Amino acid sequence: MEELLKILEELHPEIDFRTHEHLIDDKILDSFDIITLIAEINDEFDVAIPAHEIIPENFNSAKALYSLIERLKDED
Amino acid sequence: MLFTSYSFIFFLIILILLYYLVPKRMQWKLLLLGSFVFYYFSGWSNLVYISVTIVSTYFAGLKIDELNRRQSAYLKENREKLTKDEKKLYKEKTKAKQWKWLLACLIFNLGILAVVKYTNFAIANINSILSIFRMTELSFVNIILPMGISFYTFKTMGYIIDVYRGKYEPERNIGKLALFVSFFPQLIQGPISRYDDLSQTLYQEHSFDPKTFSYGFERVLWGYFKKLVIADRIVAAVLTITKNPDTYDGVYVFVGMVFYAIQLYADFTGGIDITIGIAQMLGIEVAENFIRPFFSKSIAEYWRRWHITMGTWFRDYIFYPLSVCKPMLNLSKFSRKHLGENIGKRVPVYVSTLVVWFATGIWHGSSWNFIVWGLLNGVIILISQELEPLYSKFHEKVKIGDTFGFRLFQVVRTFLLMSSLRILDCYRDVGVSFRMFFSMFTRPNFRVLFDGSLLKLGLNVHDYIVLALGVILMISFSLVQRRGSVREMLSHKPVVLRYSVYIALFFTVLVFGAYGIGFDSNQFIYNQF
Amino acid sequence: MKKMRTISIVIVILVITVLSAVLQKLLMPKYMTQIVEGALIEEYYHEKIKDHDVIFIGDCEVYENFSPITLWEEYGITSFIRGGAQQLVWHSYYLLEDTLKYEKPDVVVFSVLAMMYNEPQREAYNRMNIDGMPLSLTKLKMAKASMMPEEDLITYVFPILRFHSRWSELTSEDFRYWFKRDQISHNGYLMRVDVKPVGRLPSPRLLDDYRFGDKAYEYLDKITELCKKNGIKLVLIKSPSLYPHWYEEWDQQMVDYAQKNGLLYINMLNDIDEIGLDFEKDTYDAGLHLNLSGAEKAAKYLGKILQTKFNLPDRRNDEKLSAIWQEKIDYYNKMEQEQYRELEEYGYLLKFNMRRNQENNINP
Repeated sequence: MEELLKILEELHPEIDFRTHEHLIDDKILDSFDIITLIAEINDEFDVAIPAHEIIPENFNSAKALYSLIERLKDED
Repeated sequence: MLFTSYSFIFFLIILILLYYLVPKRMQWKLLLLGSFVFYYFSGWSNLVYISVTIVSTYFAGLKIDELNRRQSAYLKENREKLTKDEKKLYKEKTKAKQWKWLLACLIFNLGILAVVKYTNFAIANINSILSIFRMTELSFVNIILPMGISFYTFKTMGYIIDVYRGKYEPERNIGKLALFVSFFPQLIQGPISRYDDLSQTLYQEHSFDPKTFSYGFERVLWGYFKKLVIADRIVAAVLTITKNPDTYDGVYVFVGMVFYAIQLYADFTGGIDITIGIAQMLGIEVAENFIRPFFSKSIAEYWRRWHITMGTWFRDYIFYPLSVCKPMLNLSKFSRKHLGENIGKRVPVYVSTLVVWFATGIWHGSSWNFIVWGLLNGVIILISQELEPLYSKFHEKVKIGDTFGFRLFQVVRTFLLMSSLRILDCYRDVGVSFRMFFSMFTRPNFRVLFDGSLLKLGLNVHDYIVLALGVILMISFSLVQRRGSVREMLSHKPVVLRYSVYIALFFTVLVFGAYGIGFDSNQFIYNQF
Repeated sequence: MKKMRTISIVIVILVITVLSAVLQKLLMPKYMTQIVEGALIEEYYHEKIKDHDVIFIGDCEVYENFSPITLWEEYGITSFIRGGAQQLVWHSYYLLEDTLKYEKPDVVVFSVLAMMYNEPQREAYNRMNIDGMPLSLTKLKMAKASMMPEEDLITYVFPILRFHSRWSELTSEDFRYWFKRDQISHNGYLMRVDVKPVGRLPSPRLLDDYRFGDKAYEYLDKITELCKKNGIKLVLIKSPSLYPHWYEEWDQQMVDYAQKNGLLYINMLNDIDEIGLDFEKDTYDAGLHLNLSGAEKAAKYLGKILQTKFNLPDRRNDEKLSAIWQEKIDYYNKMEQEQYRELEEYGYLLKFNMRRNQENNINP
């Protein structure tokens, strides 16, 4: 989780990713952020997030994103 | 049929009447019949093209679903017997088979689109190469472009990709799928609906509801106002300027680009208003395609507000899949290692962006000016992305970010930027477009604005007055709309006022519309897509 | 709540209908000045007693060349000229069909000059011949047969769809004549007292093909058939206008046609001396059309033939008719006086010379 937060904070240092739950709805993360994130996550966690998982539910909070990563890791 | 033809209005009246007279369970079937009749009037060969797409996609969808069912049954049956790895292998095999069906469907249908739309473009380019070697050139083919093929093909391909991704089950009723693909109000210029969105209301039974019906009608009326009173009127001046670039250079180019912005906005948003309004009159909800795009403060924001369904289609079906696919991730890792963190992490963004904007450009038209236009959009978006940190620093020092003046500056800047890019659309030739653009700065013929030359472009004083009032009305409407639905606000006003507004709007279209003898009913600009 | 909504929708529809009709009246051209020919067709429907011995149909070679007042004054023949600007053969056919809904004349006189046109010519002339008619199936059939490729049938049902663009061209004339009209013709005759003697007429060109077109013949046949079916005597005439040139080959075709169908065909160009026409004095546009004195002479001549040939009764002993026609005669004479006065004051007739009016700053 800590690594994920580090990645997120690098993208937007001004946001508190521990508490923010509307990253997509409030347009904090745009489409460029998302794919940069996915590339970094792939690098860091060795997990490939497929395109159809790019939905607001998975990216609205760091928590949701982390559970996605765990789920994909599990399926592997 | 064009939206602005007498035959379409006649067709629409009859369809709506029948729609509320037939048994409710027949309504969607009536729409399917109506859509095919509508499409038939634009050429019977159109029906062949769209039927082929419907049938091929229908079967691909069923096949993919069948593989899913087999997989579930197999895994359930052998839950105890198989190891985790065996299950994983089986799933991968199923996925691979499904992928083959998806690919076949995509290649087939996008292939039809490519051949029909881009053959002559390819031939033109091949000929340029052949002429260098003085070889005989190929002759152009005469293929009639089925109306709306770019729109309905994308709509349908979105559906089959979603089915492949498991987003929803395929439509088992081929008639219903046919209606989704060919729903007539969307055949001309979209919006590019998603199946899970449109199917919510497309097949349902609809009773006549006076409120939604009149809301729909009012929206249609507003659409015709923009289309007939503004777009079809101002087009005369735009054509004069753009068809004679060397005569109308300098300030004329600026005039042309602003007028074209007005024309395109009124024509496209007007047409979509008619589309969504008609659907609403039928009790069907169609997604919005524009949200006051000229109020955008940046190019990125503009593309979230203009032709929204196209933007999201490219994002969900090309941009995201491309940027998160294995090869791209590997490329990203590779470049990070060899070209450094900074460049490395930009690679997926840059490559995907440029690919998407190339595709967007070529989707708009089969000629180089559209491709250049698309790529320029992409490049400018990337540049503004890069300049972000600089902007933030600036706004930290100089606190003008929230002032009305600065926001107005951003809006005007974005408007001028997008209008400038659209010059490539006006002049159809890359060289001419750039030459005309630069002539704005090199040929200061400002007196053209004051010496009556503007009255020689095909518009007289009366036309300009109507246009000015019309543009003011459109702007006011959008300003009010920021607070909520205008129709909703009007419905709370006294009855007499409300109906007077709509009656006045009706007569404005009837009297001031640029239609009939003396005006050429202009094709919607996006019609041949 | 729902009842309120239904009532308001009904009211809205009513308001829109009434407003559309009122706006349509405003936006349609009035034809009271300059192109007065456009008002001709409609004037028939204001005729109090629609019962005429003779009905003329055709183009300017009927409505400029014959005076119904003379036919009455000399022979007691009642007549009406249902002529229109460049009225084509199909226009004439349907106009006749329309007229027969109101009356059955003894004689129909048709100007055959229109046989030279086999295609619709101009949208403006279609409108001038068709718009004046009340909405009917005949009117729609006439429109369908006459439409130029760019025209739409629905604009003949709702002319506002054609004339809405006149909003930026409205003049005081449109407001003055919004709901009323002046009478500009005398039972379809458009009076001109001015004189312009014939000069040099352009020499006639050689044509590739002199045969009148199939469409022209088709409708001439229909006219012939319609008259026969109704027991009406059809008379074909070539009016005594010197231009457009009436070719020998054309004349022969009409002679043959008349003979084949048992019709009377009169080429008045052969009878100019007998009619007593003097093209120094009797034409207002150098020989294309006759002026008042010419039209009266032509009417006198033709009237004699019609009366003798078809035993047309002298209706001057009918009190009611005489009274009505006396009114017509008074109006006719009054306009004649007015036109002469205008000629004296301005040197030309105001209604027919808008450009000169503009130059001289006159508003008729």
